[in-house]
This record gives sequence, C-alpha cells and structure tokens, in this order.
Amino acid sequence: MMRDLMNKSINRLLPIALIAFGLVAFSGTDSAAAKKSDAYRYKHDQKVVEEIDKLIRQGWEDNEVTPTKIAKETAWLRRVYLDTVGHIPPLEVAESFLRDKDPNKRIRVIDQLLEDSAYTHNWTTIWTNLLIGRQTPRRTSREGMQKFLREAFAKNRPWDDVVQDILVAQGRYDENGAVNYLLAQMTMRDDGVQATAKTTRLFLGVQVQCTQCHNHPFNDWKQNQFWEFNSFFRQARRVDHRKLDPETGRQVDDYSELVVNNISGPVFFEKRSGLMQVAYPKYFGKEVKTDDSGDRRIALAKSIVNDPNHYLAKAMVNRMWGHYFGFGFTKPVDDMGPHNPASHPELLDFLTKKFVESNYDQKMLIRWIANSEAYQLSSEFNSKNKIDNPAAGELPLFSHAYIKSMEAEQLFDSLLIAANAAGMSKASYAESNRRRNMWLQQFVTTFGTDENDESTSFNGSIPQALMMMNGELVDAATNCKPGSLLHNVVQSDERDTKKIQQIYLAALCRTPTGRDVTAVKKLFRVSRDPIVAYQDLFWALLNSNEFMFIR
Amino acid sequence: MKKNPPGTMNRRHLMSHLAAGAAMTVPAYSFLNHVTANAAEVRRNEKACILIWLSGGPPTIDMWDLKPGSKNGGEFKKISTKGDVQISEHLPKIAQQMDSLSVVRSMSTREADHTRGRYYMHTSYVPNPTVIHPSFGSVISRELGTKRKYLEIPSFVSVGGGAGSSGFLGMTHAPFVVDSNGNIRNVDRDSSKRNRLEQRLAMWNVVEDGFIRSGRGDLPQAHKDVYGKAVNLMRSTQMEAFQVSGEDPKTQEVYGNNNFGRGLMMARRLVETGVPFVEVNLGGWDLHTDVFNTLRDQRLPMLDQGIAALTQDLKNRGMLENTVIVCMGEFGRTPRINQDTGRDHWAASWSAMIGGGGLNGGVAVGETDKDGTAILGKSYLPGDIWATVCKALKIPLNIVHTSKRGRPMKIANGGTPIEELVG
Repeated sequence: MMRDLMNKSINRLLPIALIAFGLVAFSGTDSAAAKKSDAYRYKHDQKVVEEIDKLIRQGWEDNEVTPTKIAKETAWLRRVYLDTVGHIPPLEVAESFLRDKDPNKRIRVIDQLLEDSAYTHNWTTIWTNLLIGRQTPRRTSREGMQKFLREAFAKNRPWDDVVQDILVAQGRYDENGAVNYLLAQMTMRDDGVQATAKTTRLFLGVQVQCTQCHNHPFNDWKQNQFWEFNSFFRQARRVDHRKLDPETGRQVDDYSELVVNNISGPVFFEKRSGLMQVAYPKYFGKEVKTDDSGDRRIALAKSIVNDPNHYLAKAMVNRMWGHYFGFGFTKPVDDMGPHNPASHPELLDFLTKKFVESNYDQKMLIRWIANSEAYQLSSEFNSKNKIDNPAAGELPLFSHAYIKSMEAEQLFDSLLIAANAAGMSKASYAESNRRRNMWLQQFVTTFGTDENDESTSFNGSIPQALMMMNGELVDAATNCKPGSLLHNVVQSDERDTKKIQQIYLAALCRTPTGRDVTAVKKLFRVSRDPIVAYQDLFWALLNSNEFMFIR
Repeated sequence: MKKNPPGTMNRRHLMSHLAAGAAMTVPAYSFLNHVTANAAEVRRNEKACILIWLSGGPPTIDMWDLKPGSKNGGEFKKISTKGDVQISEHLPKIAQQMDSLSVVRSMSTREADHTRGRYYMHTSYVPNPTVIHPSFGSVISRELGTKRKYLEIPSFVSVGGGAGSSGFLGMTHAPFVVDSNGNIRNVDRDSSKRNRLEQRLAMWNVVEDGFIRSGRGDLPQAHKDVYGKAVNLMRSTQMEAFQVSGEDPKTQEVYGNNNFGRGLMMARRLVETGVPFVEVNLGGWDLHTDVFNTLRDQRLPMLDQGIAALTQDLKNRGMLENTVIVCMGEFGRTPRINQDTGRDHWAASWSAMIGGGGLNGGVAVGETDKDGTAILGKSYLPGDIWATVCKALKIPLNIVHTSKRGRPMKIANGGTPIEELVG
C-alpha cells in the first residue's frame, strides 16, 4: 500500500525531488527537468544495452512468452547488491533508494557498486573459489591468490592480461600469488591432467576431461587433443620447501613455488587399444611454435589471447551472464561447443565481440548486463511465461529473473549487514576475517561439495539449517545488543508499525504484506515482552527462504 | 512405549502452537504429518551396513593375512579362529566371532595416496577432475533411506567424520557427522528453549509460505523441506539413538570405554532405529614407524574388543543377519618393513574384512604369495566389495545414477559380488 501511494505521488514530486538531489538545473521547467535528468553521464554505451534488449525480445516473440513485470525497486536493489558486491543493501540504503526519485537511479547504483570496495572483495572471493576451490589444497597460499586477484579487480585489469599472468606465473606462492592457481591443480602427481582439464573449462568454457582417456562422446575433442593441450603444462613443476620446526624438531611445510623445467620433446599417452602415442603442443589442433628453451606456457597464453574464436572472452561473457541471471547461455556455463547449443548464440557472439573491443573490461560487461531490460524484471513467473523454466531443463528465455541460492559467503556477509554487525562489534579486521573463515568453513563443510555448483539448485542440508536456526551468528544478530540493527530499531521512538516495516526492509528488502501483519500481531500477542517478539520476528525473517534466495 | 523426556513438547501440544501461528493458511507443517516414530520401536528386520573405517591405511598383513616365516612377516603369529581362516594373535576376541566374519585377502586398488585412496574405497571410482562421486553411504542412503518414511534422523551417519561427500546425489544424502558422544552441532537439547522455537517457527511459517506462493518455481519449497527435516530432527525421539550414555554401563564395558567403542555402540543403536548406513572412523593406522608396538599395545586391542562386541551384540539382538559389517581403510601397507620398523603405503595386495548381512562367514577369499607382495589368482576392487554389500542389502546391481552433467554412473562402478561370500 505504501508503495502504491508512493508511485502515485512520484509524478507530482519528481521535479522537487530532483532538485533536492541536485540533479536539475535551478531554472528548469518540468520538461527540461526530465531531459536534464537523462543527462546522467552514462559510463557505458547504451547502444550495446539496446542490442541486448533487442535480441532478448526476439526470443520472447519467437517463443510467444510475455515477460514478467519490472521488479519492485527494492527487490531489484537487493539483487544487484548481492550479484555485484556480494551482500544485501543496508537498511538506510534501501530507505534512501525508495525515496530517490531520479529515473536514472538504477543506472547510478550499478556504477556506484562497481566503485565500491566490496566489489573487489566479492569478485576476489568468487574467483578464489573458482581457481583454487573453497578448501585450500595443502601447500597452496589462499592469501597469495587473493592478493593477486584483489589487485586485478581493484584496478579492473583487462581479463586477458589477468589470465595470461595466471597461466605463465612462476615463483614463490607468497610473492607471486598468481602461481597458486597452478599449484592448486598440481597437488597430485598427475602429469598436469587436472591443470589441463581445469584450464580449458574455467578460462575457455570447454570441457575436455573425458578425453584424457578416450575421444569425447559428444563434442569433437579427440584424445590426442587433450594431451597436446596438456603438453603446454609439462615444464611447470612445483617445488615444496620444508624447514625444521625448532620446537618439535620436525620438518614442516615452509613455502612452495612454481618453477620451469627445461624439458622438451613430446608427451606420451596410451590409447584405449593400449597403443602408445605421442602428442606435441597444439592449441585446438593448431600447431604452436614453441621455443623449447623457454616455457611452453607462454606460447599457450599467446595462443589463447590471439585466438580469433575468442574462447576466453566468450567464456567470461557466458559466465558473467550466468552469474547475474542464474543461467548462462549454456548449462553449465563452462561447457560450450556444438554438442551444447547456446540459448542465444547471436547475443553471446555480440557480447563476446563487444567485450573484446572493450579490451576485456569486466566492469563494462557488468554495466551492459545489469542495465539490460531482462535484468530489471521480477523473478515471478506470470501466466504467459510458464515455459521459461530453465530449472526444468528448458532453454532460458530471460523473460523473468531466476532465483538463486545465496552462496555461503553472500549469506554470511548479508547476515552481518542485516544485523548491522559493524555497529555491534569493534573487532579488528583480522579478527573478523578469522571469524568469517571459521563460519564459512563450518557452513561449507556441510555443503559437502567443494566445486561451485549451480546456485540455481537448492543444495541446503540439515546441518546448515541447524546452523542457521541455532548457530551463533543468527543468535548474535537477534540478541538485541546495543548498536545492532534490532536494538537501534526497537529503541527508536517510531511507532510499532514503522519498526516492523524497518525490520522487514532490513532483512528482506520489502515491506510486510497483509498476511505478514496478521502473523506479526499474533506473535506480539503471544509474547509478553515486545523485545522477545521483535527478536522472534527477526529470527523468522533471517531464516526464511526469502532471505536465503537472491530473487 | 517411551514417554517424552521431561520438558519436551508432545506432538499435540506442538500442533496447537503451530495452528495458532499459521492462521488460515495451508495446513501447518505438512512435514509433521507422518506419525513421529518411537525410538524404542526396534527395527530388526531392516537392512543396514556399518563401515568401520581404519583411517590412514591399516597394515593388513599384520591383521588378516599374516606371513610368518617370510622376511616381510613381522613379529606377529597367526592363530586359529572359529572360522576357516587364521588371523593375528592380537585379535583373539574377533577370532571367536570369525564364524560370522570373512576376510578378502586379494584387494588390489592401485591408489596409494591417502586422499585418492579414501575417495576410491568410499566411492568405487578413482578421482576425476570434474565429477564428485558419492560415498557409498550416500548411495545406500538414497537406495534404502528414502524408502524409510518413518526415519526422522539422517540415513547416513558418520561418527567421527572423514566419510567423504554425497557428490552428485545431493545434500539429502550427505553424511551427517557426529562425535562419538553423540553431540550434534547446533542442536541444543535444552528443553526450556522449545516454546520459544515453536513461536518463532509459527512466524517463520507465514513468511516461508508467502514466498512459496509467490510463483518462483520449486526452490522455495525445497528450502522449507530441509528446514522441516531439521526441525523434525530436533524434536524427534529417534535422537535418543545418539545418546550412548543411556546404554547399560555393562554394555559400554563390553564395547570398550573409549571413543571407538562408543562409536560402534552408537552405530548399533542407529541401525536399530532404522538408519541404513553408519560409518565409524578409527584413525591412527598410518604406521610408517614402529608398527608392531603400536599395533600390539594400542590399535589392535581396541579394534579387537570393539568389533567382537559389535558382532556379538548384533547377533544377540537378531540383527546380524541384516547388518553388514565392513572393516577397511584407504589401502594396506607395504609387506616390506622399512628402516623405522614401519610399513609404508601399499595398494597392490591387501585385505578387507566383511561379514554379517547373511554373507558367508569364516571364509578367506583369495590369497597373496608367500611374501604378501602379489595376489595369486583373482583380485578385487572396491566396487566388488560394495557390490557384495548391495547384494546382501538386496539393492539391485543394475541401478545407474546420473551425474550432474548427465553422465551415467553404474552403482558400485559395475562391480561384481564376491562369489565366495554370497554363494
């Protein structure tokens, strides 16, 4: 109801609000004001967004679906926060966004989030998990990996440069953090099998792991191609240094490094028939000149960035689209090829081309995606897009947003924001980081799998639910300590209705429905102490599916 | 019939709370609709498997397949048993149960790295970079657990951890980890908090259902289902099964007053409640140094007492016919004794112990050469052990699971039940 009122008053209030926000020249008339407000200096080329919209709309028409309506303001705000900076918006941000009457406010928020330090933090988390997994393998430096990525994302380094650095890295794991990607793939003496499979999958969106032992049953990779690709990694070798622990007198891990061995010649592998074969360095079947006095990985990195097919860019575009929408143009995002046709091949190619032209600018790619019409839509189905259900195996049409489970890190960071943990505890950065890691470790262990599964399937477990219901974190969030959100709200002079609204806004980024209000009233009747009732309400919201899902 | 423990809420009382909270919405708590099973109700006829996991890789040449007289023979003698098989002199109590248990002496499993071996023995598959195979407990949870609608506690329990993951079978079948005292993280047994919880859940239910109704696909309901199971677990009387302290002190004495003994006792209680797979972890087998003293003074007495007690207890309760016991680790250890009087990793020729569940007891399957370094005749893979377990538990061997990427995976990696055990 509140929102209806607001929408009705928007037109009337618009000029005033715009003046208030300093966006309109003082002497403007109404129409001039509207025009001027368009003058927010876009950081992206709107033509790219228009092309995305056109190609997406084409899919709606071809499949006769009608898109769902635009998402409510704060629902969208919550989504773009979680997708871009990895946590929900704080209460005051949600409140001011609701008040904000600038028609460009969504565009502005995207640009602001891309400059937020939480952006760097979020993408460092995401790529650390992708590159070395959630559980750091032994003799791999998570800190080193994070340091390298933090710098890359903070400076928005071109993605092709970043990947080159990762692929050719040498040195100590603490001094050159980029080596940790390959170190993490080389924990078992497996002749670079894991490094081969993961590199093609992660950076090029091509899955070749089956071809280690036989020709691929679906795509056109052959067994020799696996080993040709593999031969690029054969000179890289890990060296683990140990030292004497003076206290115990035992040898313990010191540091590890990646060095280059000057070996040359082909790689040998065994066909299913038992026949031994040789493989020389080739990139997708193409002969690559390698200077055997140097590191073959350099030749590989060059082949990747100079590849006219732009697999590297395409893989990133598909992954990024999948990150924002829940589904990429292929499912999974890292298995592209003729055997797995894309839902929107033209759009995928277009964005790939644009991404290359932008010099692999990740922030620009996000601007295009997050400003697209499809990303503005609500996550609800309507009666005319029921077939747009990729969770049931259909190709995605992006006629509504798809809900996603929060990742463990998003959940933790969002709980802290909802609780206003920053106001509660004065723990040092190191201390809060330690607590975060402990919580994540517990939560992720209960996830079972280490690989980043699709977040569009719910993979919650009983121990996780127990952890949310009875664990320390939600307990701390709801215990009403001074400085906490709950304390701030409950102790304020506002009326109860307003307090309840604020609690809903803080946790779920929406105001309560009629049903909610009825239930809340009951809750207050049952509890003798209103603080207990507020605590129970907040507990219920933080434990709800609506909190847990990005919608 | 056992009464509710003092202070806990009975079902009717609970439902009245829920009804109050859920108002006119859909019937509250559909997940509570089935009748709460009673912990005291013994389910002797249900099939189950108890895996005793010897973490680190046990020197089976000193336990199940001794080579006295060989240069690799070591310090131990072999003794006769109640079965047609001789085992280590330091397993005298198990020797008395060997009419029910058998030894497979021809395991050849190629993975001699801890992580890879643990994975291989638990899943029947060698590690692969892009698929995570389910531990066998998860497979059994899926094949048997899902059919036991009365079961409110998880159907794959790991006592002490290290049981791997449910991989592509999903979290429903993940190992539920407890310590050997039955402590479960984030489950507060303090009954004073129960009323508060009901109040919270009533509110939660309204929000949860609101989102489910909003037309966003199936995931919101999946979330509610998991919470439903967690809540069920918290108030289930079946939770008693974890409380080994409730066991007769005399029984505790028989199993051994240590974590391993308590773990096995808990395993029996869980199986009695209907849990189809329990894994009990016993570490300390990575014996690169001082293997004989450690075995004689520490590892073997504990193992001997525990396994013998478990076998006898299952027998006494009429449960042994339906409960398979498997005892193994990630690999065996080198026949050659190293310079530190230890044995190193060895996957080429080693033994696993298996019995119960109607399998033939007292049998030695396969053999190794006189120095224990090679298998004479047929050898077995982990898939064959698990196929044998499937056979005993009446799980069809033509089941094929599908990985998340659509790859078909045969149950037990297409292994074959071991003839001498199932014939």
